[in-house]
Amino acid sequence: MSAFSGREIRVFLAAAALALAAALPLADQGYYLSLAVNVAMYAVLCTAWALFSGPTHYISLATAAFFGLGAYTVGLGIDTVPFAALIAIAGLVSAIVAALVGLATLRLSGVYFVIFTLGLAELTRQVVTWLQTNFTTGVGLYVFTDLAERHIYWMLLALGAAVYLSGWLIARSRLGFAMRIIGNDETVAAHVGIDTAVSKVLLFMISGAFIGMVGAILAPRFAYIEPPAAFNPMISFQVVIMALLGGSQRLWGPLVGVIPFTILFDFVSGQFPNHTNLMIGAAFMLVVYFIPNGIVGVMERLRLRLGLRKTPSASGQEKAA
Amino acid sequence: MKRRTVLKLTASALLAAGIFAGPAFAEGDVLKFGASAPKTGPLAGGSAVTHWPAIKLWVHDVNAAGGIKVGDKMMKVEVIEYDDRTSGEEAVKNIQRLINVDKVDFLIAPYGTGLNLATAPLIAKHGYPHIAVTAVTDKADEFVSRWPNSFWTLGTSTAFASSVADVLKTLRDKGVIGNKVAVVNVADAFGIELANAGKPALKEAGFEIVYDTSYPLGTQDLAPVISEAKKAAPDAFVGFSYPPDTFALTDQAKLADLKVGAFYVGVATAFPAYIGKFGGAAEGVLGAGGMNPDTPVMQAYLKRHKEVTGMDPDYWANPVTYASLEILKQAIERAGTIDRAKVIEQLKNGSFDTVVGTMTFDGNINRKFWTVGQWQNGVFQGVSSTGVGGEKEPVAKKGWN
Repeated sequence: MSAFSGREIRVFLAAAALALAAALPLADQGYYLSLAVNVAMYAVLCTAWALFSGPTHYISLATAAFFGLGAYTVGLGIDTVPFAALIAIAGLVSAIVAALVGLATLRLSGVYFVIFTLGLAELTRQVVTWLQTNFTTGVGLYVFTDLAERHIYWMLLALGAAVYLSGWLIARSRLGFAMRIIGNDETVAAHVGIDTAVSKVLLFMISGAFIGMVGAILAPRFAYIEPPAAFNPMISFQVVIMALLGGSQRLWGPLVGVIPFTILFDFVSGQFPNHTNLMIGAAFMLVVYFIPNGIVGVMERLRLRLGLRKTPSASGQEKAA
Repeated sequence: MKRRTVLKLTASALLAAGIFAGPAFAEGDVLKFGASAPKTGPLAGGSAVTHWPAIKLWVHDVNAAGGIKVGDKMMKVEVIEYDDRTSGEEAVKNIQRLINVDKVDFLIAPYGTGLNLATAPLIAKHGYPHIAVTAVTDKADEFVSRWPNSFWTLGTSTAFASSVADVLKTLRDKGVIGNKVAVVNVADAFGIELANAGKPALKEAGFEIVYDTSYPLGTQDLAPVISEAKKAAPDAFVGFSYPPDTFALTDQAKLADLKVGAFYVGVATAFPAYIGKFGGAAEGVLGAGGMNPDTPVMQAYLKRHKEVTGMDPDYWANPVTYASLEILKQAIERAGTIDRAKVIEQLKNGSFDTVVGTMTFDGNINRKFWTVGQWQNGVFQGVSSTGVGGEKEPVAKKGWN
């Protein structure tokens, strides 16, 4: 009875937060909206990343690859295909690439997977460049639309809601259950009859598709799509840093990392334009030293201390150990 | 006790002066300019030579001369700088912040084609004049019809490529080189556009392309490219390259002692770091860009640049960046107001005196620009342009020592 109403409250709170966020462009169409677009972008990227990397503990550095594919899908098709359809196609393309990559690499474990995904972004960039060099006349693509920043923002919010809903559904499905077992001990998972490869590939595809769609939505904001910008490796690293800062064991974990990190980053780059990297590096070291389990870890510890402990999160404890 | 009182009095007097006189004085008499460009990320190396020092020098020069004359008062110049980390979404956010939070009076264009285009719609929406420099593109006319507040100064890729063919033709007519050319390019935006325009131009000029290849951006080892080119025994070598490979190609050509009468490499040939690295071997090397370093105005500019910023400028886009700011200043003074629409009106219809000579916008585009330069006696001399004037004769590349 009480658990049911608790869930109701949480759904209501989430809906209210979403509505509040969606109303932001009514208050400001300038700088704060731009900042909000960046926050929304990284929130969706990090949450989509954590869908896969949270339960499996596989650090994926392929974010830039999917993001770039999404942006390129829009760049290539914007003159002939409706934008909404392009977002869907971007998701599909990313999912297919994720499937191919997943089938080839998800048998690898740990550090091999990390290195491979890092290479994937570079590989995709080179393949796209090669295709363009040999079959088209230039490498830059122009994306001119009538979409204003607020439209991009609302699309990101809608996509964010979709990511959360998917994450919530996955956690309650057979796939989610299988992933939790795989994350804890892959050998055990295989022994109890879980097809670990198929489960991991499926989840990688879902995660990749969402990241590709973010790239597609942001393409009109770049106006000019070129490989170094679309496949910028910094995106992959920032997503990992922010998600880990928040904590990847909870669906909402990355979000509490993204918001302070983006605002902090923005404050630092505004106040110290010539020393941004130094300041961010120092901030990051402090974070790792003082809150190694992310903000979620801090919050859970506080909750324990206050005696409000409800159900212990098995995977959360596992990560802390 | 006494001393402390005196100190207190002095301090409070200073404070009062600061509070009452300072801001009131500054408020009306300072023009705020906003600048967002890479300080970190892939383009930071280039903007540290081309973009930021030119801005610093311009602010120094303008304030030393008393400021910008707006109507009947002189206004000092202040620049608010942000790092866009070479990323489009940061650049957009920075421009938003400059316009809406810092409320700057004018903007200095970002650095690089991609960042200029990513921010152009936003700058146009707020009606700020946008004088782009470091954006070489064939689509400038289309951009102007889309963003009538935008101005394009550095040139088109087609002109850059066809000028290379012109220079080689001149050298062939002089009997310096024969008909065989090796063409390589980096597989990235600028390199591909130039190669696509350059190869037909070379063929049209009657050259035979004996070797033709492209390599991916970021290729570390260019020895195979040079040795394959050497096997084809060309009379001239043309590399449409980016900064890291401009250096690598030259390095390998020097090592392999590639014997050609003309050696062209792309972006960064005009950088002081190029002659710094290759010294005498750079003599005779052709590259993208150029200027006329012999005019008294430019001589003074080079000297002042070194004094104020502590470093040498590149021989191409740095002076044009400075010129773009001179143009903005003159347009503000002619308009006699900081009403941005009126300043844009002045930009469209005026001709401006700058360190790189007189510049006029025709349909918002500067049609007279430098395209090819050559290291001659340790100076990067412009040898080809679209009608700037003052071009030197190109000379043969004689060995690598």
